[in-house]
Amino acid sequence: MVARTHEPGLKQAHFRTAGLPALLLLPQLLILLFFFFIPSIRALMQAFLLADPFGATVHFVGFDNFKALFESESYRNSIWITVQFTLAQNILTIVVALILAFATDRVVRFQSAYKGVILLPYAIAPVIAGVMWAFLFNPAVGPVAFLIKSFGIAWDPNRNGGDAMLLVVLAASWKHICYDYIFLVAGLLAVPRSLMEAAAVDGAGPIKRFFQIALPLLGPTLFFLTTMNFVYGFFETFAIIDAVTHGGPAGATNILVYKVYQDGFINLDLGSSAAQSVLLMSFALLLTLLQFKYVERKVNYSI
Amino acid sequence: MVERSPILTAICHLILIGGIVLVCLPLYFAFIAGSLTMQEVQQVPMPWLPGTHFLENVATAWSKVNFGQLLVNSFIVSIGITVGKVAISLLSAFAITYFRFRFRLLAFWLIFMSLMLPVEVRIVPTYESVANAALPIQWIIDGLNLSGLWETLTGYHVEIALEWNMLNTYQGLILPLIASASATFLFRQFFLTVPEELLEAARLDGASAMRFFWTILLPLSRSNIVALSIILFLYGWNQYLWPLLFTTDKDMATAVIGVKNLIPRSDTEPAWNVAMSGALLTMLPPVLVVLVMQRWFVRGLVDSSK
Repeated sequence: MVARTHEPGLKQAHFRTAGLPALLLLPQLLILLFFFFIPSIRALMQAFLLADPFGATVHFVGFDNFKALFESESYRNSIWITVQFTLAQNILTIVVALILAFATDRVVRFQSAYKGVILLPYAIAPVIAGVMWAFLFNPAVGPVAFLIKSFGIAWDPNRNGGDAMLLVVLAASWKHICYDYIFLVAGLLAVPRSLMEAAAVDGAGPIKRFFQIALPLLGPTLFFLTTMNFVYGFFETFAIIDAVTHGGPAGATNILVYKVYQDGFINLDLGSSAAQSVLLMSFALLLTLLQFKYVERKVNYSI
Repeated sequence: MVERSPILTAICHLILIGGIVLVCLPLYFAFIAGSLTMQEVQQVPMPWLPGTHFLENVATAWSKVNFGQLLVNSFIVSIGITVGKVAISLLSAFAITYFRFRFRLLAFWLIFMSLMLPVEVRIVPTYESVANAALPIQWIIDGLNLSGLWETLTGYHVEIALEWNMLNTYQGLILPLIASASATFLFRQFFLTVPEELLEAARLDGASAMRFFWTILLPLSRSNIVALSIILFLYGWNQYLWPLLFTTDKDMATAVIGVKNLIPRSDTEPAWNVAMSGALLTMLPPVLVVLVMQRWFVRGLVDSSK
C-alpha cells in the first residue's frame, strides 16, 4: 500500500507493511545488540562493581571505582597528558592544514598533484605512521635524530618524556593534517567569489581577505574540525602510542584511551578500566553533541 | 583567483612543496631503510640513496611473520567490513525511510544512539562479548532458571552452558567493526532526497517493495556506495586495536599487526630495514586505492562525516 502522510524522516510515498521492515532491520539491530548495547551496558555495570581478576567474587561498590580513579596520581597524570597531547595535536594540525589549504586555493598549476600527495597519509594506518616517525627520530639510527644531535641538542624519546610527547604529537598530526585539509579546501572553494572580488576592489589584499572574509566564513568548518580532531586525538591515536612509546617513558605519553587498555588487559583491573571507559564514553557523548550542533547549522559543501 | 600577484603565487607553490616534502619525508626514509641491509641501516648518518636489498627484506618480512597469510587476512577482513556494513546499512536505511510501522522511531533511535560512542571506549566489554558471544543468551537461560525447570519436569539434571567463542576468527574481526550506524545515516539522508514519484510510478507498474529496492533504489545509490566503500576499506585495512586484542593466533592477525611485530625493540636485533619493507608493503593497497580513486575518496570522506 502506498500512503501519503507526513512524518519526519519518512518518505511521503511509503509502504505500510510491518513484517518486511522488521526483517530488513534485523541484521543491523542484532549486530548493534551484541556488539554495541550489551558491551556498553556491561561497561556501565562493571564500573560500579569490584571483581578480582579471575571473576570469582564480585560485589557492588557504588562510586568507589570512580573515587579511586580521581584519587590516583597516575590517572590525574593521564588526564593532564591527554589534555596536552590533544591540544598540541589539534593546534598543529589545524594551523598547518589552514596554511596548506590557503596555498592550494591560490595556485592553479599542479593543484591536483599537490592535493593528491597531501591526501596520502589518510590511507596510511596510524601504527605505520607511528613506525615511520619512530624510525626518523630513533636516537640510534634515525636520520632526523642525527640532524638534531648534530646541532648539539640532546634527543632521546626513550628516556625523556618531553621528547616522547613531541614525537607522538608530530606523528599524530602528520597522519591527520590531510583530513582537516580536505574540508578546508572544500570550504574555501565555497566562499562566494563575488565577496572576494568586492573586497579586492576596496583594496583588501589576499592575506587580509583570507583573515577577514574566508576565515569567519570557515567558522563552522573549523568548529567541526576541532571536535573531529579531539575525537581523533582521544580515541584513534591509540595505535601511534602503542607503536611508538607504549605510554612511556614513565607514563609521559600515557593518554586516557591507552590507560584503559593497559589497566584492562595488562593490569587486569577490570573495575577501574570499566570506570575509565564510562568516563571516556561521557566525554565522547559530549563531543558528539557538539558535532550535532554543527550539523544543525547545515553547512553546505560541494567538491 | 581574484587578482594576479606572482610573488604570492610563488610563495604558495613553495608552501605546497614544503607540504609535499613533509608528507614524503617519512615515506622516503622508510623506502631507503627498507632497501638497505641491516649493517647499512645502522650507519650514522644513514645513506641518502636507496640500496638494492628491498626484495630481500620483503622476503625476510614474509617469512618472519608469515606476511602472505596476514595480507590475505587483511583483504578478507577489510572487504568483509565493507560489504557487511554497506549491506546492513542499505537494508536498515530502506526500512526506516520507506516503511511506516509502529516501532519505526524506536528503531531509528536505537541505531542513532550507536553513533555516539566510538569502539575504543568500550574495549574491554566488547572483548568479552566476542570471547563468548553466547553469554547474553546464557544469562537468559540462567535468569529464567531453565535447567531447574527441566529438572522438575523430567527429573534429570542438565547444565546448560553455551559458548560461542569468536576470538581468532574472521567474524570476530569483522562483526564488532560493523556495529555503528554512520553508514545507515548516510544512506538515510540520500534516500530522503530521492524523488517521491519514483516509488509511486513503481507502484503503478506493480512492483513490490523489494523489487523497488533492487531495480530503482540500489542503482540510484551506486555512487554513494562506491564512495563509502573506499572509506570503509581504508578503515578496515588500517584497524589496529581490534586485531591486536582478538587474535592470539599469529596466523589470524592482519598485516598492520604484522608490521607492529616487526618493529625492533630494545632487546631484539635492530632490523629496521625489515620493519620498513613490511610497512611499505602493508600501506601499498590502501595508498593505491586513494591514488586511483581520489575523487571518490574525497567525496566519501566528506559525505561520511556529515
